[in-house]
Amino acid sequence: MSTELFPKMSQSIIDGDSDAAAALAQQAVESGLDPLEAISKGFVIGVNTVGEAFAKGDAFLPELVMAGEAMKAAIAVLEPEMQKRGTARQILGKVVLATVEGDIHEIGKTLVGTMLSASGFQVYDLGVDVPSAKILAKVKEVDADLVGLSALLTTTMVKQKEVIDVLDKEGLRKKVKVMVGGAPVTRDWVQKIEADGYSEDAIGAVAVAKQLVGAA
Amino acid sequence: MQPKLELLTPGLISRILDEAFQLMMKPGIKVQDAAARDLLAAAGSSVDGEIVRIPEKVVRKALESVPSTFFLYDRLGNRRVTYGGDAVHFDPGSSGVHVLDPETLEHKPSETADLVRLVKVAEMLSAYDAQSTAVVCNEAPKAIGDLYRLYIVLLYSAKPIVTGAFSLSTLHTMIDMLAIFSTSTSLSAGGSRAALAEKPLAVFDVCPSPPLIWSEFGAGNLIELARANVPAELISMPLAGAAAPVTLLGSVVQHAAESLSGIAIHQLASPGAPIVWGGAPAIFDMRRGTTPMGAVETAMIDAAYAQVGKSLGLPTHCYLGASDAKIVDAQAGLESGVSAILGALAGVNMISGAGMLDFLACQSAEKLVVDAEAIGMAKRLVAGITVRTETLATALFEGINFKGDFLKQKVTRELFPLEQYLPSAVIDRDSIRGWQQAGSLDTFARARARTRDLLAAYQRPAMAPEQERELRAMVQSLAKDAGMEKLPEAE
Repeated sequence: MSTELFPKMSQSIIDGDSDAAAALAQQAVESGLDPLEAISKGFVIGVNTVGEAFAKGDAFLPELVMAGEAMKAAIAVLEPEMQKRGTARQILGKVVLATVEGDIHEIGKTLVGTMLSASGFQVYDLGVDVPSAKILAKVKEVDADLVGLSALLTTTMVKQKEVIDVLDKEGLRKKVKVMVGGAPVTRDWVQKIEADGYSEDAIGAVAVAKQLVGAA
Repeated sequence: MQPKLELLTPGLISRILDEAFQLMMKPGIKVQDAAARDLLAAAGSSVDGEIVRIPEKVVRKALESVPSTFFLYDRLGNRRVTYGGDAVHFDPGSSGVHVLDPETLEHKPSETADLVRLVKVAEMLSAYDAQSTAVVCNEAPKAIGDLYRLYIVLLYSAKPIVTGAFSLSTLHTMIDMLAIFSTSTSLSAGGSRAALAEKPLAVFDVCPSPPLIWSEFGAGNLIELARANVPAELISMPLAGAAAPVTLLGSVVQHAAESLSGIAIHQLASPGAPIVWGGAPAIFDMRRGTTPMGAVETAMIDAAYAQVGKSLGLPTHCYLGASDAKIVDAQAGLESGVSAILGALAGVNMISGAGMLDFLACQSAEKLVVDAEAIGMAKRLVAGITVRTETLATALFEGINFKGDFLKQKVTRELFPLEQYLPSAVIDRDSIRGWQQAGSLDTFARARARTRDLLAAYQRPAMAPEQERELRAMVQSLAKDAGMEKLPEAE
């Protein structure tokens, strides 16, 4: 039943068409299709297609971001239905994302957020110039599995270490994995501050995040 | 608005033409072909031995009949090149005698396999709107060197061709070879010289000899091409300071006198036949006695004579996008890139020279691949800045709310491929770590990899078996007469 919707769902994501994605999600709900199936057999296929094309250089950032946005639009429609059914989309993990204090660069971080949420993570994006204490508070509030910290400046990347220290002090370091990113971040830096992972780009970040939560 | 480079004021263009007309009367033009002299004399020029004094009115009349625009077609009959106005196209430099070995970096005498490789790479790159007979094949008999090159290019390419003949008898054959592939028009059946005249597949370079000389072959070439109604491309080559006055303007005047006298001969032979105001000038290097194609002054002579040609309403050509470096290094990149941009800004219809190193002696497929990126950028530049949205920015700020969220806008996805020229992997825009992970390759190494990929992906354009048989038969007997037992076939 309604399986002919799956390719359309996938295509709406590939087209980055939020309106179409939301409409198809609505159709799925009305026809009694399991929202989880709509996601796993329809929309996610589109996300994966765009992600793979991007990794090969055949798709570009606007396609990637719009695919993520279309995914969000579909999930927003499906979410209430899942609650009604007492089911939930399998969340790979909860991620708190932030650009560290003193730094206002967010394009890379926002991309990572878009891709993580399109890939099945619950993302809490705190925005830019976020003090370590605020990040800690959010981690506690949502019981996060992962923290993603972005910094574009060599002067602000020290704050990535500060957040790790704060988590450590609170005894959360074992439970919460920390990913860092940004132009100045190197493998050496990651080792030095004892972060758990880093990636060059948003697609790579999804792979690292999956690995860190044991979902790879 | 197409951005434009103009080096001359209208007053200076008038002076250039005025002095060119003076040169055509004194000292006159040395015309070594009797038929050309007869044509000029019959039109009112005075002839004294080989010296012909051509009055301005003879040239002015010729200029009236020159088409301001014509087109080149591919083998499927599609219009691919516009000769006229400010259209800008590029083709690989032609007639190299060496190729750069991508492994050893030797300059090796070019052979058939090298030409095939160059043609395949140029066929795959959209930067090149036309092919050229890029190198001579040293192992082929000299007597058929020109038509043999054309044979190879026809076998492996469907694009229009910039070529040239080395003798009048081979020119005849070359026109017949091209005619095989002419497509039908409303007036003529395909496969005929008449159809070729209506939808030309190639343009033939014709060179005067500096200073102010039309050799027997050069002038004869012009007459033959005019009568066959096959496009001719004038390649005047003043060498500023050696075979031409040292000043850039002096060389531009000489270029004009040589080209205008060529146009007179050509139009007298057949009024209305297509001809291009082209050239391959250079300054003369006073240290080494060489002819630098990558010098900025060489590009300035080109831009200036192109402006003169445009003032006369003529299609234009020049030789830029080449370098005098011996390998595909930083000098090669900067000279080729800078001069390609200058030629494009000058609005030159056909810019030949890509792939060339060492004063146009050495071709390189890898350099063609690098130059294609400079050409992509040059074409983007002359495409100019376009208004693509109703408001320039204000509507795009709707919903932005001080966030860098323009990536999420549909319009970003729609318009970025129009706004941005998307380079191939030859241009490195990776992060330092991404570049390191990919092997820390320099431009030449990346170009070698891309060349390999293009060659692997190349597919020979379809050719009707009867056309291929006819082409082979035409070339076969001439090759045999010239001492070449076996004509290579397409792989």
